[in-house]
Amino acid sequence: MITLNVNGKSYELDISPDMPLLWALRDTLNLTGTKFGCGMALCGACTVHLDGQPIRSCVTPVGEASKKKITTIEAIGQTSSGAKVQKAWLDLEVIQCGYCQSGQIMSASALLASKPHPTDADIDTAMAGNICRCGTYQRIRAAIKQAAQSTVKGA
Amino acid sequence: MSMGLERWLNPTEAGAESAAEDGVPRRTFLKVSAAAGGGLLLSFLLPRIIWNSEATGATTADVFAPNAFIRIGRDSRVTLIMPYVEMGQGTDTSIPMLIAEELEVELRQVTLEAAPPDDRHYANPIFQFQATGASASVRAAWEPLRRAGATTRTMLVSAAAKTWNVDVTSCRAEKGEVIHVTSGRRLTYGALVDTVRTLPMPDHVALKNPKDFTLIGTSAKRLDTPDKVNGTAQFGIDVKVPGMKIATVAACPVFGGKLANVDDSKTKAIKGVHQVVRLDNAVAVIADNMWTAEQGLAALDIQWDEGPNATLSSADIVQQLEVASRGPGVIAHKDGDVAKAMASAAKKVEAVYQMPFLAHATMEPMNCTVHVRKDGCEVWVGSQVLSRAQATAAQVTGLPLEKVQVHNQSLGGGFGRRLEVDVITQAVQIAKQVNGPVKVVWTREEDIQHDMYRPYYYDRIAAGLDEQGKPIAWSHRITGSSVFARWFPPAIKNGLDPDAVGGEAEEFPYTVPNMLVEYVRQEPLGIPTGFWRGVGPTHNVFVVESFIDELAAESKKDPVEYRRVLLGKSPRAKAVLELAAEKAGWGQPLPEGRGRGVSVQFVFGSYVAQVAEVEVAKSGQVHVTRVVCAVDCGVVVNPDTVRAQMEGGIMFGLTAALFNEITLKDGRVEQSNFDDYPMLRINEAPTVEVYLVKSAEAPGGIGEPGTSALAPAVTNAIFATTGKRIRKLPVNRVELHSA
Repeated sequence: MITLNVNGKSYELDISPDMPLLWALRDTLNLTGTKFGCGMALCGACTVHLDGQPIRSCVTPVGEASKKKITTIEAIGQTSSGAKVQKAWLDLEVIQCGYCQSGQIMSASALLASKPHPTDADIDTAMAGNICRCGTYQRIRAAIKQAAQSTVKGA
Repeated sequence: MSMGLERWLNPTEAGAESAAEDGVPRRTFLKVSAAAGGGLLLSFLLPRIIWNSEATGATTADVFAPNAFIRIGRDSRVTLIMPYVEMGQGTDTSIPMLIAEELEVELRQVTLEAAPPDDRHYANPIFQFQATGASASVRAAWEPLRRAGATTRTMLVSAAAKTWNVDVTSCRAEKGEVIHVTSGRRLTYGALVDTVRTLPMPDHVALKNPKDFTLIGTSAKRLDTPDKVNGTAQFGIDVKVPGMKIATVAACPVFGGKLANVDDSKTKAIKGVHQVVRLDNAVAVIADNMWTAEQGLAALDIQWDEGPNATLSSADIVQQLEVASRGPGVIAHKDGDVAKAMASAAKKVEAVYQMPFLAHATMEPMNCTVHVRKDGCEVWVGSQVLSRAQATAAQVTGLPLEKVQVHNQSLGGGFGRRLEVDVITQAVQIAKQVNGPVKVVWTREEDIQHDMYRPYYYDRIAAGLDEQGKPIAWSHRITGSSVFARWFPPAIKNGLDPDAVGGEAEEFPYTVPNMLVEYVRQEPLGIPTGFWRGVGPTHNVFVVESFIDELAAESKKDPVEYRRVLLGKSPRAKAVLELAAEKAGWGQPLPEGRGRGVSVQFVFGSYVAQVAEVEVAKSGQVHVTRVVCAVDCGVVVNPDTVRAQMEGGIMFGLTAALFNEITLKDGRVEQSNFDDYPMLRINEAPTVEVYLVKSAEAPGGIGEPGTSALAPAVTNAIFATTGKRIRKLPVNRVELHSA
């Protein structure tokens, strides 16, 4: 049995410790906000937080995640940086198809949590692992900067 | 979509008007007539979108359903039956804006419901079946959906006047209510449901004067995005049906190959694997979850019969195209006498341009969920072609159409990939062998290696210049596969594919007195082709705008000035060119190693000019730092959406121009994931500035023009920086290496 702490809830799951966290979230826990894009940590669509750090859940075995706090897109709005990022994303209409945006928001929230006022170079470093095929990069950059100025609190 | 299709969408066509009067669905037909000079002129009549009350059987005691698109409930809630699908382009906001404007309701009062498979009511007027594509949604919906809203509003006002026993002219609609102006009495739309249902449909309704628009022309907030910031939006891949299993699949890596044999003993020993399904050309593993299915697939020992394409390489295909391109081809456009003018020219310029096969790489990999029962079939999928999805499932199961239900989902990117039903065919074939519902999910590798690729094009182009450097003769022969011949055969007449030549011929913005555009259809062996964002124009605009730049350079003229002089017949094209040049600071000096390039085009009914600024490192690495984009797309429904589509289209075009090509070796696609088929990333993205021209012309498309204009602006900027002309995409940095 694997114990996973996801978004503040504890789950006992009868799955192999080798199963990537992505599929435990999506297929076992039905938390489908976290997306499958590449399976090789190349696109960032599957980004979640482990103890606040952004990781690619498609290459993270659940065995490595079992003793840590997992936060997904479904609960990121409860954090201060997550709520700011979500609001800025809507204010600036960042989103097009939206498929990659869970991962983008998770990466951006982690960035703001560790660096409240990121430079352009910080944004490049934190966000270069997240592909957006619709090409919303310019708005992602602007929204991160706007979120950094925001005073919205987490829900 | 392209030359001929623009004509389809032109509401001033006489045929469209007559169809509008009689309200009778007009079959799409293609008129081919001899144009001056003996060339073929294609003209497509716009069939009218039908909207009528006998429509959809949705009328119940609690709902007013005046046409196929609008439902009004007793709670005053307005439901729009959406004929198009959202894949990021903003259609779930721009289309309801058309209804809300004329119906006099606030945008947030409108709820969307996806249209069911139903070509009779929800067809794309270009194709006569349900399709979201060709940058056509707003163009096609602009008149009929506003009219649907206006008709409904007119009836509601009449119903209120009847209720109050007052003159109709003393009543008006506002924010979901009818107001009796003199007495101030009000009735909500919901309160009028019973009365309005007894009224006849009005013969004529007045559309609002554009100066009275309060919603159209504003950057209304998108309706689909709040669910996309918190993980609640459901895409096809997120579907969960009770009892559902997960499958992943491997098709023969060589196109046209078959499954010969498979040993599944190791796979069946894996806990959580339920079944191994064999198809003619693929194997699928059915499991509890995706990870187990992937493990099961990896454990299979598969023997393929690779068939006739087993040794094919890209070089073989290119060689065939090269041979075919020696022509002649089918004439797409002809003016004057090119041979005579070429012979008299002071200078002749010739070039060969090539563009690669491209994968779509939507961020949401291909997937489809299917439940086949004895008496019916349900399909959950994000598709750009809903009725085709239904017909496909009916065909594969042998069930009648009405026994197939399709539940369309949000699309995690389309770009033309989801205009195809190959994945649905395969998923239904698999589901036929599975007891209960099954979600078929492709890995990224399967997605990239089993796409329907943007065709490889091989173009020969030549021009004759007079003493002043002006082109007096122009000859362009386009060689490549015809997507329409497979996807929509009625579009092909006398061998001419109007998409393959899209952006040339009738849409060609320049004045050249002697012109010949030809098309040679050459289907590549061993690789299927399909529509890709920007379709024909993405290829032709690259060739035309690069070559015009070559002519400017040959004539030692400034690229903007050279184009300006030739755009006499296209004032809107000239205006966007001048606007982009001005905003970009054209002519102002740039630091060493940087340069600017320009492109201008008329495609999808919209005029776009772009100026790209590039920096070329000594290593040959190209960094595009800035793109200035001027757009005249006629009336703008939602300016922010137009800007977003241009920004995104530019990134999409830049990814392809700098990085992407699909190649074959031993019959197999060599690329497999984002490591060898890379996407542009945020640190590589240019700053994009979009400027909109105010216009009262009919709306043009915006989903694709941003992409088609980009590549030549960038490669022309590379030429300005390095003196090296890029005639083959993607840009080869080795050739630009100067250290």
